[in-house]
Amino acid sequence: MKLCTLLLLTLFSLVSPAIRAQDDLLSLLGDEETTNYATASFKTNRVINLHSLENTAAGVFDFKISHRFGTLNQGAYDIFGLDQATIRLGGDFGITNRLMVGYGRSTYEKTYDGYVKYKFLRQSTGKRNMPITAALMASAAVQTLKWQNPDRDNYFSSRLYYTFQLMLGRKFSDAFTLQLSPTLVHRNLVATKAEKNDVLALGIAGRIKLSKRIALNAEYIYVLPDQLAPQFTNALSIGFDIETGGHVFQLHFTNATGMMERAFIAENTGDWTDGGIHFGFNISRVFTVFKPRIE
Amino acid sequence: MKKGILLSLMSLFFVVSMSGQKYFTRDGKISFFSDTPMEKIEAHNSKATSVLDASNGNLEFAVLIKAFQFEKALMQEHFNENYMESSKFPKSSFKGKVTNIKDINLKKDGEYNATVKGQLTIHGVTKDVETTGKFVVAGGKINAKSTFDVAVADYNITIPSVVRENIAKTVKIAVDIKFEELKQ
Repeated sequence: MKLCTLLLLTLFSLVSPAIRAQDDLLSLLGDEETTNYATASFKTNRVINLHSLENTAAGVFDFKISHRFGTLNQGAYDIFGLDQATIRLGGDFGITNRLMVGYGRSTYEKTYDGYVKYKFLRQSTGKRNMPITAALMASAAVQTLKWQNPDRDNYFSSRLYYTFQLMLGRKFSDAFTLQLSPTLVHRNLVATKAEKNDVLALGIAGRIKLSKRIALNAEYIYVLPDQLAPQFTNALSIGFDIETGGHVFQLHFTNATGMMERAFIAENTGDWTDGGIHFGFNISRVFTVFKPRIE
Repeated sequence: MKKGILLSLMSLFFVVSMSGQKYFTRDGKISFFSDTPMEKIEAHNSKATSVLDASNGNLEFAVLIKAFQFEKALMQEHFNENYMESSKFPKSSFKGKVTNIKDINLKKDGEYNATVKGQLTIHGVTKDVETTGKFVVAGGKINAKSTFDVAVADYNITIPSVVRENIAKTVKIAVDIKFEELKQ
């Protein structure tokens, strides 16, 4: 009799886990941990002038129209700068989700530029934990103005500019992202001996999402002292990202005219304090060229 | 007395063996389709988990929202960021029952119609749903399929006016699962 009770009890203890499991069948499979990557830290691959943490996705072509009007302090005669325009037409293409290339042609000194950007760390939680996203960008630009002094010896290399940039950032929450961009701009030729060929700068950029489709972006680029002539200023830009279906509209105010690194970092003359501010916009339109393989 | 104990023991064994009839998958396919004259949108997820208890028909599903794949990367981003808010609601799930499990013999080849009833949770909102599906058992392999419609507004998913013509108010969801026996 006692034995029977014991047997029953053991049986019950055997059965009971199975009964309890009925509450949550999926728990039987155990927790398979996955890696959760942070996405959409910015709405597009630029903050305003600076490259952002985001890449163009694999197989996607992103057509960029970037436009800066003249400065506000030009007054009513030029309707506060709207009579003038500086434009960069460009295209970005994602080779993989982490590697992208891009090109552009600017009216600013008739400059062509091309770049490669690679995201080597991705912010993630879960199975793989990584607190930040990090990317490297290298670009080359060539200005194609007619030589100012055709009579002297002019070298093609004098037209070339290079930029190397590291992007380190974190999406702290759905709404807030912060990014640091240490940058080196190399100019083969500079105007005076006092100016450095290699210019070091630190960009800081952030965004605050105001709603699902609108974000406030700001960026400031601090050029380390004693590298440039005194008339050059640091670029400060502030603006909104407005996202519709396939477009992102970036509307902003900035004291930078050019839209490639050497212009807005090393040759920037606009000054916020005297109204040397441009209204500008970037329009991004994406086209899926190669469809991803869906498992 | 002894007979009684024997009987209860037997019934217990019966319960034990019954509760052993469980089936699962970790790579079930769940897709959805939004079809409007302006645009056809579809997304596929092949990482759905599911467990079916054949003894009582209890059925559960779970799917990670971020694992849905779209043809257009930007669409996938908007799906997660703007519509499903996948950082806030990372999973969608179903918890319910195959109500006519008695008529379905998963050990025997054949096609069986199934009625499924339960609670579907999407975007943090839980609703009662009922749908039909099919179990196809062939050569010991169990395949379960079902399609049903979900009204986007029922789950507090708002579609902004600019894309109202592009996204359907009701999306079709298709489930395609190959169940394996769960060994405990």
